[in-house]
Order: sequence, then C-alpha cells, then structure tokens
Amino acid sequence: MNAATLFGLCGAALVGLGLYGLVTNPEPLRKILAFNLLGSGVFLVFGVVAKRAAASGLGGDPVPQAMVITAIVVAFAATAMAIALVLRLLQETGRSTLSSDTSAATDTAGADS
Amino acid sequence: MTILSIFDIGLVVLILAVGAASIGMREAFSAVIGFVVYGLLLSIAWVRLSAVDVALTEAAIGGGMTGMLMLGAVARLRFAKGNDSRTSLPVRLAAGILCALVAAGLAIAVLSPPEVIPTLAPMAMENLPQSGLGNPVAGVLFVYRALDTLLEKVVLILALLGVWSLAPDRMWGGIPGLRVYAQPNSKLTFLAQLLPPVGIVVAVYMCWVGAKEPGGAFQGGTVLAAMWLLVMIAGLTSVPSISQRWLRLLLVAGPMIFLAIGIAGMVLANAFLAYPAGYAKPLIVAVEVALTLSIGVALGLLAAGPPERVQRP
Repeated sequence: MNAATLFGLCGAALVGLGLYGLVTNPEPLRKILAFNLLGSGVFLVFGVVAKRAAASGLGGDPVPQAMVITAIVVAFAATAMAIALVLRLLQETGRSTLSSDTSAATDTAGADS
Repeated sequence: MTILSIFDIGLVVLILAVGAASIGMREAFSAVIGFVVYGLLLSIAWVRLSAVDVALTEAAIGGGMTGMLMLGAVARLRFAKGNDSRTSLPVRLAAGILCALVAAGLAIAVLSPPEVIPTLAPMAMENLPQSGLGNPVAGVLFVYRALDTLLEKVVLILALLGVWSLAPDRMWGGIPGLRVYAQPNSKLTFLAQLLPPVGIVVAVYMCWVGAKEPGGAFQGGTVLAAMWLLVMIAGLTSVPSISQRWLRLLLVAGPMIFLAIGIAGMVLANAFLAYPAGYAKPLIVAVEVALTLSIGVALGLLAAGPPERVQRP
C-alpha cells in the first residue's frame, strides 16, 4: 500500500468519525467540532486524489490543492458564523443546547430514573 | 518497509487517535485542545501528500484560528446549562454502524482508483510561465480560478457581516466582545511585545514568496491576524469599534482592488479577471498584498466576535 492510499483510508475513517460525533453528541459546540473533523476528512481524500494525479514534475495536481485551500477558508467562515450563533443562543436563553423545551428534558429525566 | 512508510503509519494512527479523542472526550475544553493538536498533525499529513500550501493553511486555519474560536466559546459556555442526557446506547450503536458504512464506502472508492487518472497538472504547468508565477497553486488561485478566490474573500466578509448582525440592535457599531487579559508584567504581555515584530516579518515574507514558493495571501493574512489578536488580548492595544472607517476600508480594500483589476481585464485583456500580457505578475502581487491586509483584519474581527459594548463618547 502506498502513502497516498494510506492517507486516503485515514480520510475515509475521519469522515466516519466526524459523522458519528455530529449525530451522537447533543451539544452544538461539539457538533461544530465534529463537523470540522468530517470536513477535514473529505479534504484529505481530495488531497489523495491530487497526489495520485501527480504529473509534469509536480508532487500533486495543483487544481484540487488550490480548491482545498479555498474549502478550508470557507469552512472556517462557516464555523465562525456557527459559533457566533451558539453564543447568541446562550445570551438569549442561558442554555448551550438546542433541546430547549422543558417537556423533553423531564421526559428524559423520567426515563433515566 | 522503509522509515518513511513507518512514519506514515504512525502519523495516521496518531491522527485517528487524536481525532477520536476529540470526539469522545467528555470535557469540551479537552476536546478543543485535542482538535488543535489534530489540526497540526493533519498539516504534517498534507506535507506528506506534497501539498505544502494546503499544510500551511490547515495549520493556520484548521488548527489555530478554529481552535481559538472554539476555546473562546468553551470559556463562555462553561457555566451554561448543558445537556446532561447522553444519547442512548442503541442510538449510538446504530449511528456507529451507519457511520462505519459511510467510511467503508469512501474507503472502497479510495482503494479502487480509475485506470487512467485524470490530471490537470500538465495544463497548469504549460501556461504558468505566461503569468510569471512560480508556484502552480498560486497560479490556479489567481489566474485559472481567480473567480473562486475572489468569491472566497467575499464569503469571509459575508460571514463577518453575519457575525456582526447577531449583536443586539443597540450594540451595532460597538466594540467586539473579545476578552482582554491585561495583567501587567505577565508572560502574555511579554509574548505580545516579543512576537509581533517577528510575526509581521513572517507574514510579509509569506505574502511575497507566495508567487514562487508555497505561501501566499491567506497564510500571511492569518499570521497578521494572530499577531493583532495577541496584542489585543494582552491589552496592549484596544479593540476597535466596528464602525471605524479605517477598519471598514481595510476590510473591503482587498476584494475591491481584486474586482477593479478584474474589471480592468475586461477592457485590457478581453475577459473578466484576465491580466494584460506582461503585467500579470505585478498585478497579482498587488492583489495579494491588498488581500493579505483584508484577510488579516477579517479573520481578526471574526475571532473577536459580535460587538458587545458601545463606545463611550
């Protein structure tokens, strides 16, 4: 197995890992973190595509590489926006979670006891 | 098995372990620290994939800036009413299996590459000398796909506008709520006095060298933003209110100059965002310098958050 394939598999595993965190973690901030992990896995797979397409004396295809740079920047902009939304939610409601209706909270409390 | 392949396997194991830890940690603070470490490890992986430009961006943005934003959020959310109920075990199991399936599907795609691998590298290299640039990635960013790069900067400004508009109405035009830790004679103050001169030189170098070697406006701008934030957090300079004219001018200067050169290209080179023959490199360097400043200000303000105080008259 060559290096590119190894990192490709790493990227695939990261996508799975990030998706799992996104689905199972109830806190918005942790969901944002997991989503960033998912995204970086996708970028890594893209980087492997670039590495395999190496030609003309370059280590990789510059077109996918440039697109990944743009993608990282846009992902950061979206993350900043998402974090600002979470903090605004905290200011408005004093909570850091999305399940704000109290009936759901008592339901889970009842199920736990 | 060579030393390099052992290094690669170790790196992949580390990346996956730190990534899993930052998902699984109970404490949000530890998770964010894990994420910063993960970003730095991932940038080493990018170097191994011969993408040094991407590695620089990942280390600066993926690890550094995102980590800083999240740390700030964790500090504010510390005393918030969280959600103590964990997702139930059956749900977690089902999610785990389905996510493993997604990962397996991607892995199959990675393991079965097409017989003829499509590549744009020869085309990119063929036309690169005309632009006077030496770095093919910069060539793609500023010549072949310049529209993408222009719109990416617009996205940054849009995100900043979004963050600002989350402020309550009476705070509009106020001072961002960046926490200041001004303790006289602390290590932070010392660092904030020592690092910025070095950082500014590194940023200028990165911006300048980006035309020939890995580096560029974005990486340079991030270093500038980091230095600005350091000085503001240490309390050595005050956080400016977002209604300052110089601030807004700096923010739009990069995209505006890029756009102006793009429109001039319609007249001089018969296409939007085309450069007249022979003037490509100076124009691109001018755009990069303006973009570095704008990106630095935009990233610094994104990290500083929405306005929370009104300037006293």
